[in-house]
Amino acid sequence: MKLSFTLNHKALTLETDPDRRVIDLLREDLCLTGTKEACGEGECGACTIRVNKELRLACLMIAAQIEGCFIETIEGLAGPDQALHPVQEAFVQAGAVQCGFCTPGMVMAVTDLLETIPNPDDTRIRKALSGNLCRCTGYQKIMDAARLAAKKENKCLP
Amino acid sequence: MPAVTLPRTLDELLDLKAQGHAILAGGTDLFVHMRNKKIQPRTLVCLDQLKDKGLREVADTGDEICIGAAATHTQLIQNPLVQQHFPVLIQALNTLGSPQIRNMGTLGGNIMTASPAGDSLPPLYVLDAQVELAGKKGSRRMPLSRFITGPGSTGLNPEEILYRVRIPKQPSYDLHHFEKVGHRKSLSIAILSMAALIGLTGDKKIRAVRLAWGSLGKTIVTSPETEKLLMGTPMDDPAGFILAAARIREEVSPISDVRAGAGYRRQVAGNLVLRLCQGPLKQDPLKQGPGAV
Repeated sequence: MKLSFTLNHKALTLETDPDRRVIDLLREDLCLTGTKEACGEGECGACTIRVNKELRLACLMIAAQIEGCFIETIEGLAGPDQALHPVQEAFVQAGAVQCGFCTPGMVMAVTDLLETIPNPDDTRIRKALSGNLCRCTGYQKIMDAARLAAKKENKCLP
Repeated sequence: MPAVTLPRTLDELLDLKAQGHAILAGGTDLFVHMRNKKIQPRTLVCLDQLKDKGLREVADTGDEICIGAAATHTQLIQNPLVQQHFPVLIQALNTLGSPQIRNMGTLGGNIMTASPAGDSLPPLYVLDAQVELAGKKGSRRMPLSRFITGPGSTGLNPEEILYRVRIPKQPSYDLHHFEKVGHRKSLSIAILSMAALIGLTGDKKIRAVRLAWGSLGKTIVTSPETEKLLMGTPMDDPAGFILAAARIREEVSPISDVRAGAGYRRQVAGNLVLRLCQGPLKQDPLKQGPGAV
């Protein structure tokens, strides 16, 4: 099928099978390998992307579902000069990246949270991250990163 | 690999269903089953381009709230009508899957999967929800408790779709409560879950009560004997709840499966009844149930 959608703020039209999994479309066809696949069945959050500003799992979606949608992946977070997004910066500074496999999904989840709740308490952060597993179990530093990101983002407010 | 169709209208959808195509709603169960080769549909009907308000919206029809089968769990959690009338459903949906799964999965999908562990089902049972089924020849409705006939099986005819869920407003219940026991709080399949609606007299005695249990039997289980025993019990009287806990343990015949044995489920069922007395019972839907975080 001919598929048109917006990917990381750029309009895109391509030819693909309608049942192509979105994770494969992103990683294999578009070479956007930031989004990871781990469990492949919605349990781990490694493949978290945003579709129309909502967190979703690229392993449980097919191409036909994203026709006309606004898609954001981890690659779309950095600024035009490739400067890291404040949430990415916070992950680096807090040492919240161990093996790194869960990181893109975690960063997407924190970014999504801070857009709706700029100043979340720990309960809100935990709830927002409850769909993302880290098998290095580095959760404390990921919590630190989320708190730090909130601080950074709030500083940017006028 | 299945062929995919993208209907734009309800008529097109019903035509495709009549031809035997499988429906893809949120995909959170369907794609997992396809991956495990539990089901291998030749054709998929994708709902994403379908413009039909009835299938997605929540509407107040007077005595009932009408929920489109393709409404997502997140959409329902954020909906003021659902928050106002069905806190027990909000509490349950907050324990379902994860934020990502709730953004994708639909109420209709949770019903059609018809798992005894489906988180939305015990609340829908105590709320006396009805399903509205639509087909080329017209629509019909029936109680959800009759619609679900076993694990993964329903009374849906091959040419029909689950179109809407209709839930009567519940003026006679003061307390809404849902509790789920699982290995962890998010992304866990219930070992046991309980939905409860309780109506109280002026002096806080139980004058109406409904209980429904998830992961206890092959479908959602109700417990009329325990409900009967609870009638007239003061909410702050542990003795009455201890009797009711003993009764539920006798009344149910739990399943044993990979998640827990029957004996454990029997014990925990009683404990969940005891917890009704201990409270705190939540009337505010925004204060989420124990599994919310």
